[in-house]
Amino acid sequence: MIAVGALLHAKQLSRSPFEIATALIVPVVQATLAVYLFRAGGEPGRLLEAAVGAGLMGIWSSVLFGSGGAIQNQRWQGTLEMIMLAPRPPALVVLPITLATALTGTYAMLATLAWGRLLYGIPLTFADPLAFAVAVPGCIISLGMFGLLLASTFVLLRNANALTNTMEYPIWLVSGMLIPITALPGWTGPIGAVLPTTWGARAVREAATGSGPVWPSLGICLAISVACLALGALMMTHVERRARAAATLALA
Amino acid sequence: MSEHAIEAVGLRRTYRSRTGWLRPQRREVQAVRGVDLTVGNGELFGLLGPNGAGKTTTIKLLNTLLIPTAGEARICGFDVVRQTREVRRRIGYVFGGDRGLYDRLSARDNLRYFAELYGVPGREQKRRIAELFELVRLTGRENDRVEGYSRGMRQRLHIARGLLHRPRVLFLDEPSIGVDPVAARELRQTVADLAATGTTVLLTTHYMAEADELCGRIAVIANGAIQALGTPAELRHHADGRQVLEVEAYGVSDAQLALIHALPGVREASVVVTGAAQVLTVQSDAGVDVQADVLRALDGVRLGRVTARRPTLEDAYVAIVNRVDAQARPAEAVGV
Ligand SMILES: Nc1ncnc2c1ncn2[C@@H]1O[C@H](COP(=O)(O)OP(=O)(O)O)[C@@H](O)[C@H]1O
Ligand SMILES: [Mg+2]
Repeated sequence: MIAVGALLHAKQLSRSPFEIATALIVPVVQATLAVYLFRAGGEPGRLLEAAVGAGLMGIWSSVLFGSGGAIQNQRWQGTLEMIMLAPRPPALVVLPITLATALTGTYAMLATLAWGRLLYGIPLTFADPLAFAVAVPGCIISLGMFGLLLASTFVLLRNANALTNTMEYPIWLVSGMLIPITALPGWTGPIGAVLPTTWGARAVREAATGSGPVWPSLGICLAISVACLALGALMMTHVERRARAAATLALA
Repeated sequence: MSEHAIEAVGLRRTYRSRTGWLRPQRREVQAVRGVDLTVGNGELFGLLGPNGAGKTTTIKLLNTLLIPTAGEARICGFDVVRQTREVRRRIGYVFGGDRGLYDRLSARDNLRYFAELYGVPGREQKRRIAELFELVRLTGRENDRVEGYSRGMRQRLHIARGLLHRPRVLFLDEPSIGVDPVAARELRQTVADLAATGTTVLLTTHYMAEADELCGRIAVIANGAIQALGTPAELRHHADGRQVLEVEAYGVSDAQLALIHALPGVREASVVVTGAAQVLTVQSDAGVDVQADVLRALDGVRLGRVTARRPTLEDAYVAIVNRVDAQARPAEAVGV
């Protein structure tokens, strides 16, 4: 059920003209951004790392706007009530949606890499292609699970968009998707350490550049995500009840 | 098996909302104020009322989308608040309007997704979906995206979706809203077929004729409470002792309508615009001949056909709903 749901939601998402336009433009911008940032920093050797980081940002944006936006969209479409009416735990109903957003986000990663190669000649030589091929889907699944936690807030709040907008950039930064964590002020460390995005980004980077062992980071990333999933599931059940009491499943 | 498909006792629902950030205004709307309802297995029951009467709220209280502020309800014997999942397994919900489907997916993908969600076993899905396309007469259009569907086709797909898991009780909230007359007739046929197979149907509508044609029993709801309940024949008695005068006219003013309303013997007076003409309907006590008085009040207005007739179910409905309007409405908004 989760697989069919995620696939069909990915289909629905990927057919939106707005999504398609965004998906075409954003990776170019991100690849460019990454390249110039690192050139300015005088580290041309780390271009691949930059491109991978930019791709991860794309996945994160997709999950964040996706899990928020998807719930909001479902509210607009009137499908939120219909899916919540299913005789299933609400978490199981929403998880496919957040997974779908991560899935469509993967495209952002691939596109960013492709543009980086095409426009800037970044060599796509991965230190450990196999690990990279595992780390990226692992990262996607874990972000999807993290998305569930986010989504639970959106089921309850009718205008949670403000929240999404404020969460995009800080998480890019704190998770070290673009700038190495070591370059950030110390107080961000603990925050970064509990976010699955940090560990996911690290695993993907390590696989791409060979800068460290991939599996421990990926393991931690998945572990945190499973915890998020459990927490998200609890939240979701609670939130669903609250939403029924407060009448926020429908628009009006 | 419970002998009643739907039971509701003292059902109430108040919406609380806050508007404004700087000077928050709290608003309370009592949408449903004590509804008692019992619907037997296999019955086709109508909930009839004007816009804002509380029909949708009542349905959402029964189908677990809203938690009642007070009162209790059971579907097939299961409590809607405590036994949510048991209830959801047994109900289907279909509402009118364009929303509620995934537009960019094909009709088949829509049904496949909801079949998964509602727990239709994998090996049965294909057959069930084909069967439903047949039932709602969409065979041949299964693979088209829903965004290309007409209003009537969407509504039929909606119904197919609501029936995927063979619900015992089907809630239909104004299914014919915005559907053209031909499609509406087909829709009624589909609903009648369904009821014939033993599914309990709770249908809301604000079209009297639709309720009359389909429903075995009708509850007239207005202002959040049930005002009358019975078979169409029983409801017709609410207009007993009255007669109806219908006048085709061009340009009746509000002042003239008020004047007619105040005439001795007149119970109701309303104007409906049909094309270029207006139709003035006046209900009066059967013993009083008001025709001469009414025509005098319409002095100077160009008139068409004038007909005197016996009251219909529609007239009874108007009488019931207007009786409620005439009573002083309790204050709805409370400023804090
Ligand atoms: N989510 C909501 N928040 C506040 N008021 C609402 C909400 N939904 C409905 N209402 C109000 O409750 C009353 C009954 O609405 P509803 O049940 O939709 O009536 P109907 O379906 O008969 O047209 C109306 O006055 C409506 O404005
Ligand atoms: Mg309604």
